[in-house]
Amino acid sequence: MTTQIVIAYPLRRLTGGLGKVEAEGRTLREIIDALESRFPGIRASILNRNGQVLPHLNIFLNEVDIQAREGLETAVQQGDEVAIIPAIAGGC
Amino acid sequence: MFSISQEIFRAMVEHARTALPNEACGILARHRGQAMKFYPASNRDASPIHYQLEPTEQFRTFQEIEEKGWELGIYHSHVKAEAKPSREDIEIAYYPEALYLILSLRDEKNPVLRGFWIRERVVEEEEIQLEG
Repeated sequence: MTTQIVIAYPLRRLTGGLGKVEAEGRTLREIIDALESRFPGIRASILNRNGQVLPHLNIFLNEVDIQAREGLETAVQQGDEVAIIPAIAGGC
Repeated sequence: MFSISQEIFRAMVEHARTALPNEACGILARHRGQAMKFYPASNRDASPIHYQLEPTEQFRTFQEIEEKGWELGIYHSHVKAEAKPSREDIEIAYYPEALYLILSLRDEKNPVLRGFWIRERVVEEEEIQLEG
């Protein structure tokens, strides 16, 4: 399934400056694997060594946070849109 | 120099006071050195010493800002600390293109707002001018 991926600005250094790219996969995990094939090194900015989403990264599928779905195992359909967006966070 | 209208400043202060005892957060769209629109947001952590902007609100706001061709400003409040980036603020500042605005309610009657660029853990202050 071809899916459009929206890449937030901080990650565009890994996609040659591209803010929107396409990737093939049946699940979000496969989509990330496809991104890694095309943009080596991007996976490490999305997943930790255990293959889980980094704590300060949010991933949306069709504007729904994937934590409200099946996480990285969420199935994707043709024409879906995935957004990968670093969190806005901090403290004192 | 970054300009903010009194109206937007008052909205930011009101939002921060309403969030007490927790930190408040939001997005401030900017363009050509001026604040364009304030987007108050929810603090997912609901903590007096930490904030994470609710991701769904973040995503929707990003869409609008991008559609309008505006740039990003990120705002949060410090309940008791000064209006300057903490170590944590610096370490997890993932948006080098954003102007980070911090509002201190240390003296609740006299809130202080300051702006900073945080790029690769280097902090540079931006002068804030309140207009009107």
